[in-house]
Amino acid sequence: MAPRIPESWNKILRRLKKKKVVKVREVVSNLPFEDRRKGDQPNRHYDTNSINTTKYTVWSFVPQNLFEQFHRFANVYFVAIAALNFVPIVNAFQPGFSLIPICIILVITAVKDAYEDYRRYKADKELNNMSCFLYSRKHKDYVERCWKDVRVGDFVKVVCNEIIPADILLLHTSDVNGVCHIETANLDGETNLKQRRVVRGFLSPDSPFVPEHFNSTIVCEKPNNDLNRFKGYMENPDKKKIGFDRKSLLLRGCTVRNTEEAAGIVVYAGHESKAMLNNSGPRYKRSKLERRMNIDVFFCVGLLIIMCLIGALGHVIWLGSFPDWPPFEVPDENGKFTSPALAGFYMFFTMIILLQVLIPISLYVSIELVKVGQVFFLSSDIDFYDEEMDKLLQCRALNITEDLGQIQYIFSDKTGTLTENKMVFRRCTIGGTEFSHQENALRLAAHGDVDSDEEEAVGPQRGHRSRLQFNSKNKSTRAFRRCHSAKAYYYGGYGRKKSEARRDSEVAFSSPLETDVTPDKKLMKIAREAANQMEMWCEVRCSSDSASYVDFFLALAICNTVVVSTATEPRHRVTGPSLLKPSIKSLEKLHSFLQKMKPGRISQVLSSIQSNSDQTGGTNQISPSPSGTSVGEENVAGECSSSVSGGFKDSGVSSKASTDSGDYAEGVKVRDEICYEAESPDEAALVHAAKAYNFTLMSRTPDHVTVRLPQGVLLTFEVLHTLSFDSTRKRMSVLVRHPITREIIVYTKGADSAIMDLLENPSQEKGKENKITKNASKTLKHLNWYAKDGLRTLCIAKKVLSEKSYEQWSNIRLEAEAAIENRDELLMETALNLETNLTLLGATGIEDRLQEGVPDTIEALREAGIQIWVLTGDKQETAVNIAYSCKLLDQRDTVFTINTDSKETCESILDYTIEEVKRYAAVKNTRTKLFKVPVDVGTVYPLEGAGPTFGLVIDGNTLSLVFEGNLKMKFLELAKHCRSVLCCRSTPLQKSTVVKLVRDKLKVMTLSIGDGANDVNMIQAADVGIGISGQEGMQAVMASDFAISHFKHLKKLLLVHGHWCYTRLSNMIIYFFYKNVAYVNLLFWYQFFCGFSGASMIDYWLMIFFNLFFTSLPPIIFGIMDKDISAETLLGLPELYKSGQNSEGYKWSTFWIAMLDAFYQSLICFFVPYLTYQGSDIDIFSFGTPINTLALFTILLHLAIEIKTWTVVHWVTMIGSVIFYFIVAIVFSATCISCNHPSNPYWIMEREMADPVFYLVCIITPVLALLPRYLIRVIQGTFVLCPLLKARQFDKLDKEQRDEEISEWRKRTRSREATVPLSNLSPPTSPTSPGNSGHPLGRTLTFEAPLNVDLGNDGTTPPGRSMLNGTEIEHSDTLHTQSAVTENIYASIPVSSADRTGDGDRKAEDDSDAFCAGHQRSFSIMTI
Amino acid sequence: MGKEDPKVSKPDNTAFTQQRLPAWQPILSAGIVLPLFVVIGLTFIGIGIGLFITSSNVQEIEGPVFMYYGLTNYYQNYRKYGISRDDDQLFGNIDSLKSPANFCSPYQMGAKQMPIAPCGAIANSLFNDTFRLFYKVNEVYTEVLLDDNGISWWTDYNVKFRNPPEINGSLKNAFEGTVKPLNWPKPVYELSTNPNNNGFINQDFLVWMRIAALPNFRKLYRRISEGNWSRSLPAGNYSLEITYNYPVLSFQGKKKVVFSTVTWMGGKNSFLGIAYLVFGSLSIVMALIMLIVYAKYQVQIDRDM
Repeated sequence: MAPRIPESWNKILRRLKKKKVVKVREVVSNLPFEDRRKGDQPNRHYDTNSINTTKYTVWSFVPQNLFEQFHRFANVYFVAIAALNFVPIVNAFQPGFSLIPICIILVITAVKDAYEDYRRYKADKELNNMSCFLYSRKHKDYVERCWKDVRVGDFVKVVCNEIIPADILLLHTSDVNGVCHIETANLDGETNLKQRRVVRGFLSPDSPFVPEHFNSTIVCEKPNNDLNRFKGYMENPDKKKIGFDRKSLLLRGCTVRNTEEAAGIVVYAGHESKAMLNNSGPRYKRSKLERRMNIDVFFCVGLLIIMCLIGALGHVIWLGSFPDWPPFEVPDENGKFTSPALAGFYMFFTMIILLQVLIPISLYVSIELVKVGQVFFLSSDIDFYDEEMDKLLQCRALNITEDLGQIQYIFSDKTGTLTENKMVFRRCTIGGTEFSHQENALRLAAHGDVDSDEEEAVGPQRGHRSRLQFNSKNKSTRAFRRCHSAKAYYYGGYGRKKSEARRDSEVAFSSPLETDVTPDKKLMKIAREAANQMEMWCEVRCSSDSASYVDFFLALAICNTVVVSTATEPRHRVTGPSLLKPSIKSLEKLHSFLQKMKPGRISQVLSSIQSNSDQTGGTNQISPSPSGTSVGEENVAGECSSSVSGGFKDSGVSSKASTDSGDYAEGVKVRDEICYEAESPDEAALVHAAKAYNFTLMSRTPDHVTVRLPQGVLLTFEVLHTLSFDSTRKRMSVLVRHPITREIIVYTKGADSAIMDLLENPSQEKGKENKITKNASKTLKHLNWYAKDGLRTLCIAKKVLSEKSYEQWSNIRLEAEAAIENRDELLMETALNLETNLTLLGATGIEDRLQEGVPDTIEALREAGIQIWVLTGDKQETAVNIAYSCKLLDQRDTVFTINTDSKETCESILDYTIEEVKRYAAVKNTRTKLFKVPVDVGTVYPLEGAGPTFGLVIDGNTLSLVFEGNLKMKFLELAKHCRSVLCCRSTPLQKSTVVKLVRDKLKVMTLSIGDGANDVNMIQAADVGIGISGQEGMQAVMASDFAISHFKHLKKLLLVHGHWCYTRLSNMIIYFFYKNVAYVNLLFWYQFFCGFSGASMIDYWLMIFFNLFFTSLPPIIFGIMDKDISAETLLGLPELYKSGQNSEGYKWSTFWIAMLDAFYQSLICFFVPYLTYQGSDIDIFSFGTPINTLALFTILLHLAIEIKTWTVVHWVTMIGSVIFYFIVAIVFSATCISCNHPSNPYWIMEREMADPVFYLVCIITPVLALLPRYLIRVIQGTFVLCPLLKARQFDKLDKEQRDEEISEWRKRTRSREATVPLSNLSPPTSPTSPGNSGHPLGRTLTFEAPLNVDLGNDGTTPPGRSMLNGTEIEHSDTLHTQSAVTENIYASIPVSSADRTGDGDRKAEDDSDAFCAGHQRSFSIMTI
Repeated sequence: MGKEDPKVSKPDNTAFTQQRLPAWQPILSAGIVLPLFVVIGLTFIGIGIGLFITSSNVQEIEGPVFMYYGLTNYYQNYRKYGISRDDDQLFGNIDSLKSPANFCSPYQMGAKQMPIAPCGAIANSLFNDTFRLFYKVNEVYTEVLLDDNGISWWTDYNVKFRNPPEINGSLKNAFEGTVKPLNWPKPVYELSTNPNNNGFINQDFLVWMRIAALPNFRKLYRRISEGNWSRSLPAGNYSLEITYNYPVLSFQGKKKVVFSTVTWMGGKNSFLGIAYLVFGSLSIVMALIMLIVYAKYQVQIDRDM
């Protein structure tokens, strides 16, 4: 609708006042100026923290709202007409009259806008008056103030669980490490903790922070909306500069967690804060229906012009027919008569005024109201309610509800959308040995069964509850943990929805499903032994194998950014072993033991207690059995170890009696309830897996990470560097110093493609070579298995650095960190330098479980005629397997797989495949022609019917070839014939390109659904974007038009609400066109009897009210509430959705039939009274009143024929409208003696109502007028020509019968689909051997270019190579494949890559972002 | 906080919000509409017959006879003409009497800028033919008494049209300072000698001011309700004396005089009766078709389902 005006006037003025255009912002402390006047304040030019999101102020409301409303074409038209009416020579009504409708419409809209604005105002006020602590020089302390009083340059203190009032540069925290944790859930929905640190080098941690002493100048960027960009420096009076970046910035709206208190100086406040700059309002889109409607509005304009021309011409002819000036022709003031031609010219405009209603202006207002109602029903549907998250369907785009009913293509993300994105550790391979984790698989299966059994038995809602019960075990502790959370404000969405702190369930990735990993027995034993051996530290390594086991688990536990927190205090991070207070006695013993064994820092190794409280503590953790422990202990050789174990036993058993038992017990308890706060579910899954093998991550600080080994020894590694995950490298590394060996170790984990190429060169040592190669190839083989099982794979590798090379590297690294320019590039380069020559430790397989109800939903959507494409960044094998398991691909489908590297090959493959497909299609067509089933269920839809179905799998590489090589049309041609298309390894940009391609070239309605930042592009590209508000933050939701919480909700959203919204709105629009034309034509016909003079026989007031009040409410109610088919039937028969896809509710023909009907009805409505009153002494308004009345009856009864469901509301509005009409008409004609000049309503209605002819006319005319429509409906109802009608009949049946009928129908359609048996067709000759033997029924045709070695076929070639091809795409994958290439490409990556890719990919850039290989949450730097 | 009201945004599970309100869902089909058509058909035929008979009765000149004058091709509903009046002036408003509304232009002010009363084109073009009716019995003409009482709407005569307050008991004084409409031979206060039929409440004037809906119209001129003719006009020779004043050549119109009785449904118009009859019969025919359709197809369809 109208473009939003971003600021209200005064703000614009304020902007204008700012003279200086500077590139940076300088902030100094306000404290020295505390008592000064405002004009002397150094930071006075910056916005204060008071926010005002209202569009209007009390004073500016009227002009500004009018200004906005006049952005609409419709309103301008109306005003132009009204203005025209003020020209005396052409006016049709009294000038004032034509202003009434526009005024009423403006007022209604203004009231709506004012209400919305008032709500914003209230929310602002509440926000502005929240309290925070400001430093005051007078009080020498922080004092409580309102948010709105915060100014740039103030010092603000935030305490734990408080919301940050403005963008604050962190200068002090209570944490010794100068770290502060924030939760950005309010900003982006990510619930994990993000670390922020005090500006480095600003203060030494020990000296207290006194704001008054702050005398530096802060120089930073001007306010911008990039959450991930913030740079600047602090200039001390001595000209020393201290740099800082976004890691020191606390963002407004975030919540402080885990930190007692933090303080800093405000740099951006209020509207200039990043959160506010990011807060964009609701989006406006035009729906397909509205676009279609606007065309028809132009038809109406054409019609109007034709009618006016007829009027003008008629007037000329009429005037010319008189031999002299007749007595009824009125001359002008000077007594002169207007010449016929000129009068005709004037008459044209008069006619426009008279017939203006032909353009359905009220339609626009009505549509808006109807959509408000539809959105209300959409968002109050309890089936979309997710109890766990307390989330509903969220409509962010308010005006495309009906598009939901017309979707033809769905583009879906895989991870998090089809799958739960709840990562579960499934299996792993270590050193070439695979551990299948049978027990774990069984557990997961059992878990799934619980869900699905319940599901089938009692339907979705009960199933839901059962899951809740499953979680309830955890609930108590979690609730406790979050009970201090403060009120939070949610900034996104339409309006600003205040929400309570989010539910616990979504806080951490910690459902029992994910946390409980049942260890593999064999591996458990090996791990324990290996750990024991390590603990013994026999000088000679027992075997490198066992060491690699330990390394593997250590890597799992260490190589991440998981934060450990406990349950006792709200998100209080476990900062170190100090929390655990084991008895001194045992500590000493252990120390002495360790000192004897290996020189090392005492503090780094602490003993702990072999806790057996795992079993008793009441958590869900399935702990290693006590016997396992004893095995470990028994195996320990040598006296030292026995003393260790003795120590354990000593402390463990005796602790309760010991003096400090209280503390100790608490320590135990605390440790029990360890929670992992991971930034991605993959990370958490791995840490939980390590924990299951008793390599428990105990604590993490920026510098240290502590892991408890199976025997309870706590190893504290010094963390030298963390090279966090980024989408380019697709891996992360942690550089630690081993506490005992003092070795500097790099642990790396990443996507197989990212790791495999970086493995150490086997040719160094002869003996090793074999083993390493064997190891790698075995691992690769396992990885392929995993991928085929639909698991997400990660490789774990390690590297030991020499002290010297570390020093070299760290120097470069430090330099890079200190660099101001090109810092990101340099950091990347150093990371790439380090991650070479890795030793492969093993790999893990993580299962991403399919979301509830996904296969069912996909099947239903498919039946509804929707083509579903999955666009994923995942590996092909994983994607294909998920596709099979969620019924996207069927076992019987013929699947074409296209992976190639050369354009030519790609083209020939496409050509070949298209031919192949067409061959089938041809066969199919002849078949259907031969056995044409008598059409008893409506039209035969395209893409439906018998014959083989095709699936297409294409990878991102090939896809880019398709785009570059102008093969788009061929690709689409092929894709059109395929039931489903799977694009793997595609980048976010590719995703959106595909969506745009399909949308623009095939001219279809598209819907994108996704949950992550990588889906933002495609969500925005599609006609309808749906975000899943799941685990991955809010970016997708922010970009979406609708946000749902599960993929399965899509079924009801499209099939039921989409269908309803579409049919409702299209019916209402058609009805509005009809209504206006029918009514206006009454006036038009009258022109033939009044000399085309623009006279109206209906009283002006009644005429205006007719549209505004008497006939407006029923169609609006119709548009909101009419229900042609019940939800149950719609869900049962998805193919009913096709009617919306084919735009059957609103077609070219529908519109013109309605127009014709309108003409017919108006003819009847005019000429029946005309013939009745012909030749009588009837006066003009006595003639008009019955016409008006019977038009009301006709128009309302017409609606009554169209209404499918009569609820109380329908009855009330219908009957109410009629009664209202009579009351208004009677009162009006009884009271208006001479109040309404040219018309003369006095006592007319009363006289009419006393006249039997009035009733007789009012009875026969509507009946006659509606007869054709009624007959057509009867015939349709009798012969049941369309499926929708048939489905409506089902609704009349009782539930069992209906179910029976539905299944009967479905059986019938299915059998029709299957009329052409597959075996009758000659199989196509495949260019390569069929792959994918896992699906014996399906024939898979895999096309591969000779150059390309596909992972699936040849395991020995590192998969990364397949990506390395001469395409122009600077795919991030190529970065690590060859170092020579790397540098070149690297240089071409712009620093501000995040800017280029837009806000959506912010998350990917976050360097504290999670490690998520294979996930491709990345954006790629690619140029097409 | 989050725990106290755990389901903050849980929607109401009511029939209304979940769109499950009890509803009547009519499905139109031959079987269902069949009785409807029969009922409508029979009713309409009944009404039609009644109307037809009533309308036919109008022909017999029995009961009080009304005398109309008719004009053809006269567009009283012509827009500019239709608005050219001042209702306030006609309501007896002194201010409007002295300064008529602009609607009346150019018949607003007369000579010497004196306001016209009654102003406007409608009043100016007042129909001014007069008729006298004679009954000829034995070569003797007896004038039939024509009653001009109650030929206009009661509300027009009693409420909507008011003379300005008389001054010194004289209507003429009340209109002092105004001039007569251009085409009028005499001023408004001399329209009749009957004080109750003079000025703005003159019945002929009232009738004329209620503008006709269609170009061919008739207007009530007199009622024959007095003397021997009050019950009906007896058969015989009548003679009509017309004082021809009103020009019709400029619009190629015709004038006519109509004598008619009036029934409960007004004058003679057989259209409505015929319409009802035709449509009633049509409904019966349609009902029969429906019956056939129902018998042939609906049963079969029902069996299919």
